[in-house]
Amino acid sequence: MKLTIFVNSKKYEFEEIDPNMRLVDLLRDKLGITSVKIGCENGTCGVCTVLVDGVPVRSCITPVSKVNGKKILTVEGLGTPENPHPLQKFFIEYDAVQCGFCTPAMILYGYYIVKKNPDVTKEEIKKMISPVLCRCTGYIPIIEAIKAYADFVKRRREK
Amino acid sequence: MSKVIVKEKERVLNVVGHPVNRVDALAKVTGTAKFTADYYVPNMLYAVVKHADIPHGYIKKIDTSEAEKVEGVVKIATGKDIPGVKKVGFPIPDEEVIVQEKVRYIGDVVAIVAAETLEAARKAAEKIKVEYDPLPVVLDPEEAMKEDAPKIHDSGNIITHFKIRKGDVEKGFKEADYVIEREYRTQFIEHSYLEPVAALAIPVGDMIEIYGTVQNPHNARRITSLTLGIPMHKVRVIQPALGGSFGGKDDTANFVAARAALMAKLTGRPVKMVYTREQDMRESYKRHPYIMRYKVGFTKDGRITAMEIKVITNAGAYSSSSPLVLYRSTVQCTGTYEVPNIKGDFYTVYTNTVFSGAMRGFGAPQINFAVESLMDEIAEILGMDPVEIRLKNAYKEGSVTPTGQVLKGHVVSIRDIIKKLAEIADWKKKREEYSKDKGDVRRGIGISCAFRGVSLGAEGADYAGAIVEVFEDGHISITSGISEMGQGAKTVMSQTAAEVLGVPIEYVTFVGPDTSFSPDSGPTVASRGTLMGCGAVKVAAEVVKERMAKYAAKLFNTTYENIVFENGYVYSKKNPENKISFPELAKKCYLDRVNLSAVGWFLAPEIHWDPETGEGEPYFTYTYYADIAEVEVNVKTGDVKVKKVYAMHDPGKVVNPKTAKGQVYGGVAMGIGYALKEEYKIDGKGYPITLNFDKYQIVRAHEMPDVEVYFLENPDPSGPFGAKSLGEPAFDTVAPAITNAIAHATGVRVRSLPATKDKILKLLKEKEERR
Repeated sequence: MKLTIFVNSKKYEFEEIDPNMRLVDLLRDKLGITSVKIGCENGTCGVCTVLVDGVPVRSCITPVSKVNGKKILTVEGLGTPENPHPLQKFFIEYDAVQCGFCTPAMILYGYYIVKKNPDVTKEEIKKMISPVLCRCTGYIPIIEAIKAYADFVKRRREK
Repeated sequence: MSKVIVKEKERVLNVVGHPVNRVDALAKVTGTAKFTADYYVPNMLYAVVKHADIPHGYIKKIDTSEAEKVEGVVKIATGKDIPGVKKVGFPIPDEEVIVQEKVRYIGDVVAIVAAETLEAARKAAEKIKVEYDPLPVVLDPEEAMKEDAPKIHDSGNIITHFKIRKGDVEKGFKEADYVIEREYRTQFIEHSYLEPVAALAIPVGDMIEIYGTVQNPHNARRITSLTLGIPMHKVRVIQPALGGSFGGKDDTANFVAARAALMAKLTGRPVKMVYTREQDMRESYKRHPYIMRYKVGFTKDGRITAMEIKVITNAGAYSSSSPLVLYRSTVQCTGTYEVPNIKGDFYTVYTNTVFSGAMRGFGAPQINFAVESLMDEIAEILGMDPVEIRLKNAYKEGSVTPTGQVLKGHVVSIRDIIKKLAEIADWKKKREEYSKDKGDVRRGIGISCAFRGVSLGAEGADYAGAIVEVFEDGHISITSGISEMGQGAKTVMSQTAAEVLGVPIEYVTFVGPDTSFSPDSGPTVASRGTLMGCGAVKVAAEVVKERMAKYAAKLFNTTYENIVFENGYVYSKKNPENKISFPELAKKCYLDRVNLSAVGWFLAPEIHWDPETGEGEPYFTYTYYADIAEVEVNVKTGDVKVKKVYAMHDPGKVVNPKTAKGQVYGGVAMGIGYALKEEYKIDGKGYPITLNFDKYQIVRAHEMPDVEVYFLENPDPSGPFGAKSLGEPAFDTVAPAITNAIAHATGVRVRSLPATKDKILKLLKEKEERR
């Protein structure tokens, strides 16, 4: 099939692509976006999460045919080492990163959660990040980082 | 939340002891950190393994003819293609990178395919046909110990038998008012690092460069060098970002590195090998299941007089770290309690299950589960409070351990920890109040505590090295063989260099580990990374500092003892106004040909342990800790919710309160999984059932309780800045605090982990029937 996608605000067109190709393989192997990880390949661990039109999607069980014409966001599109996004800074500040393998997925969840509702509570964040596994942090610093970002967004909104 | 309790006023530190941000976090949050599977190089091949089809049998024939016909296949290798040593492994070389004659479990590798595409390699691997002469399978370690059991290795099935003989148990039991016998069991646990094992091997002339998911790059180098039959300087192992390990990326990950290297050598092309989760869980080693039988004598007032212990651990198909894991269980067999009379026999045994090896805790968590359950059972018999029974028997300065070691030279802080934590958790009040719960949902509170021998102890050669180099612009590069796997090793080592040289941490970058220039530092295991790694960096940084101080002394017309390094400046105590910036001084040093590069070498104190008598000093110092857990149990459904965990640790000195707290949170999460849900299951014939996260379930965010972390600092004379261990203690004793809380809530005791709702319901039903 012919495929057009927008990844981190950049347009990509493929003249001929296997519609069953997994989104994760397209992103990693064809576009070199390696922040999208492979952990289980059956949709249980969540480390392959990307935002498709703003909504978390597990790219290891999503065929590219499902994302034709859509906007995809990964952490590379959120910020850079020179200019990290506030959420990325909160992840550093709150020590929400240990091995870093689940980190890109967790950050994207955080971005989605706060965009949806900056008044989100810690308890709600806890439930909402549950689709992504983390073996290192016990999740607590991740929840704190996302909450701090939500408070930051609220403060900015009130100004 | 977390809090560091500092006992005494100590020397003011500027970087160490401060909540510094993780030095590798920026790369990880922006997606610029590269993990092994993220490397793609031109012309690379993809390699896939073919695993054994049966758990035990001789290989009669390997037919690769159909596989070779798959388009894109470049090379299929079997054991015959290994040019070097066929059997590897430490301490007993019984493991094979590719099995040649006999398969011993379902995760043995019998062949490897390298192909132009991953699809072709996978397809070809499926078409490899292996004919076997099947052998009888033995899965139960007690069956395997019998004389007539099928022999898994020629040496017999009992790998190691350690003994403890202290005092006179018969006399001890005579002194007791009560003697009880209990059996406890634990399960196989999968490390569940989220990044599956992988390697990329690149041939460069007569060298092989490897990027691998290896916890211990120097071990990967050794295994690859042996397998390929080439010297170590021709193998360069680079550790990229590592997606978790927890002890799990040693043996198996090293074999994956060696296999990729073998295929690269055979094809002359770069070879990438990335395991699927199923392949990883099938092949990689696990935490040992234990059978633990304790006969205990105690007096009416709660004093333990004797313990007779028999422990059998399932090593599975290969020995791996089993003797070393058993060592720790042996020398810590009574937990953190002084027992005057002990007779202990400890066995680790081959079976045809997946093999067992190193995992966070390393033989301590199993023993802690038994001993800490036992303490509560004794308290219940005597009608004593669990805190009280612990204080009655817990170690103090001068106590004698099972091996005859006298605890001294460091603060034996366990009693202090138990008392403080019980107070913080409001133990007495909650214990009483929760006991009155009568509804379907009942609350419980449980305590558990432990001690732990720091670092490798007498089980290994305990050394570490580091290089510190100050550049001409005053910025600093450091490296060590101590590796980063998420625990924060790079950060604490960077803090150490910054502290010694009096510069902000931003001046320091940790590079490596890379086996071609990072000094071999022994493995990053046994909660020794901070102790040994920071120790080595400190030595190296002090050497460089002294050279710079001597040079600065000339500038300031004084002696080098008067030179102070602080906040990026260097000055003489005599005249602090007259200062030079650290970068300026570095530049001057270079212009005057001063060597600003040094290797630091750090040795643990010498100790000795006799495996025959079980006597000696197994570790040079110990760390102490406790957990208190609160649970809610639904007695109708068996559901357990962990509501709160309080943890207190004495890691000597907290080098980084921010990352230290993270270690404890992660340890608590893993401990909840160990207590309540995780179990790697193998069916009755030796085939694994739980090969991915849908069946092997680890703790998710919504299951995490509120956690309060406390650090009680008692700086240890043997560690840099007084620091010792934390990584394993964070996990070691969480599970029994939870099972003790469940027993408090329900009145029933689960003696085999995990405490699933089915087990709890069954026990509740039995209790009901007894009424």
